Amino acid sequence: MSASANLVALHTIVRREIVRIMRIWTQTLIPPAITMTLYFVIFGKLVGSRIGTIEGGFTYMQYIVPGLVMMSIITNSYGNISSSFFGAKFSRAVEEMLVSPMSNWVILLGYVLGAVVRGMIVGALVLLIALLFTRLHIAHPLVTVLSVMLGATIFSLAGFVNAVYAKKFDDIALVPTFVLTPLTYLGGVFYSVNMLGQPWQSISRINPILYMVSAFRYGVLGISDVDIGMAFVVMLIFVVLLSWLALYLLKRGVGLRS
Amino acid sequence: MAQHMPTQATPSVPALVVEDLRKTYDNGVEALKGVSLTVQPGDFFALLGPNGAGKSTLIGILSSLVNSTGGDAKVFGVSVNKQRSAAMKLIGLVPQEINFNQFEKPFDICVNEAGFYGIPRKIAAERAEKYLKELRLWDKAQHQARMLSGGMKRRLMIARAMMNEPKLLILDEPTAGVDIEIRRSMWQFVSGINAAGTTVILTTHYLEEAESLCRNIAIIDRGTIVENTTMKGLLATLDVETFVLDVQTGAAGLPSLPGVTLRHLDEHTLEAEMSRSHDLNSLFAALSAHGVVVTSMRNKTNRLEELFVRLVEQGRNGQAAAAEVAA
Repeated sequence: MSASANLVALHTIVRREIVRIMRIWTQTLIPPAITMTLYFVIFGKLVGSRIGTIEGGFTYMQYIVPGLVMMSIITNSYGNISSSFFGAKFSRAVEEMLVSPMSNWVILLGYVLGAVVRGMIVGALVLLIALLFTRLHIAHPLVTVLSVMLGATIFSLAGFVNAVYAKKFDDIALVPTFVLTPLTYLGGVFYSVNMLGQPWQSISRINPILYMVSAFRYGVLGISDVDIGMAFVVMLIFVVLLSWLALYLLKRGVGLRS
Repeated sequence: MAQHMPTQATPSVPALVVEDLRKTYDNGVEALKGVSLTVQPGDFFALLGPNGAGKSTLIGILSSLVNSTGGDAKVFGVSVNKQRSAAMKLIGLVPQEINFNQFEKPFDICVNEAGFYGIPRKIAAERAEKYLKELRLWDKAQHQARMLSGGMKRRLMIARAMMNEPKLLILDEPTAGVDIEIRRSMWQFVSGINAAGTTVILTTHYLEEAESLCRNIAIIDRGTIVENTTMKGLLATLDVETFVLDVQTGAAGLPSLPGVTLRHLDEHTLEAEMSRSHDLNSLFAALSAHGVVVTSMRNKTNRLEELFVRLVEQGRNGQAAAAEVAA
């Protein structure tokens, strides 16, 4: 297809994804907002008030806000694409796209952008809720935006791969439960990995979520557990590897074409 | 019926050329064993076969949902294997199973489908209105698709397949489970599309539909084409026909006529099996002379159905014999 035709196709997928997010907003936008409000009340306000200041002179509430925002973004990006694409597979509606002249990269990019949009909306909602509890100012706006975009993209791609392989709805719940949630909790959302002793500190550094949370925290607060350059290199490597894998799976038709 | 505007076909290029197409699934099932056939532009082509014959696999390969393991197919000269994107632009597919998002509205389903083909939204909206109206779905355009009846869902899939105004429309059992009135309206629509120049390939288990609509036919069984000819030519090969006659009273005996086998099915029904070259007048005269009053008459089975069963059986017997020789 021509570039303009691909653009129309891309716009169609993204638009459809956004319409879907808005149509079921009680499932896509409200639950993460409620969950994060509880985190802010319990961990930030009640427990945090007894902890006092943590790294860089920030209160515990201020410290966990970037972590919780990033956690919301990556879990919602992942959840959006895995449920939407698997739903399309399950209902066979994905065939509408597979029999069209659209390129594989358009399908992938369309779904990823849709998932990133949901991540952004949820992230913005959580940030707004956080501002009810504490005051923040963005230390490095560009780093903030880039880390959010990359984090959402990485987990959108991972969710897409999960959906391609999934054969039943249980399969798209397994990865968030047994991989994503533990990695998120151990990725420095609630604490600095510098507080850990060895070997846990070194082990934590192979967790990709640590780099996303740290980069975003650096963007918002100006402090980070890891070198910020290294964080972006790690994130870019993940984007490239997962994009390649997703496109390879689409080209081979794994789980999609017989 | 409104005029549809498929992109102009070059008369010299066949609408579809399938060359030695093969498919073996991962589980070892050989669904297609070297299928070859040609469909001319503007044709209304029937692809018939029993369940599991390979029809859906063939259609799956043509629409790129199934990867072939050998051979190729060309749609208006464009290779499905080598130029997938260009080939898909030329095809509209109405699949056997409902495959749209049931939570979306018919209008959105059609407009989105056009979007996947790179058709701008304004044009897509106009086409959606046109085809939904022609298929009598416009009043349901803004309802969730899951609220539609089975027949409406099937018509929606036809409207969706028309959004890119394809040169080749493939209908895979589009009328399965649809009542007769809706089925007829669907055929009227598709006949109009065909009359306007779109090549149509139809698979169906309603053989009377294939007989009345299609000009050419291929019968596939166990992954092999067992017949590929014109509908007229195929029907002409039927040498024996069986009629069912409703009679007023049961006669004591039945007349004996050369070339005709007559038997009672019950007190008021006779069955007559006769050569197609045999005239019916002599049969009626003989029955009348015997005091049998015929009140109505019909074919026992559809003519195409008789041939279909015979060809499939012949093909299977041939395969079994070949296997026996090989063993």
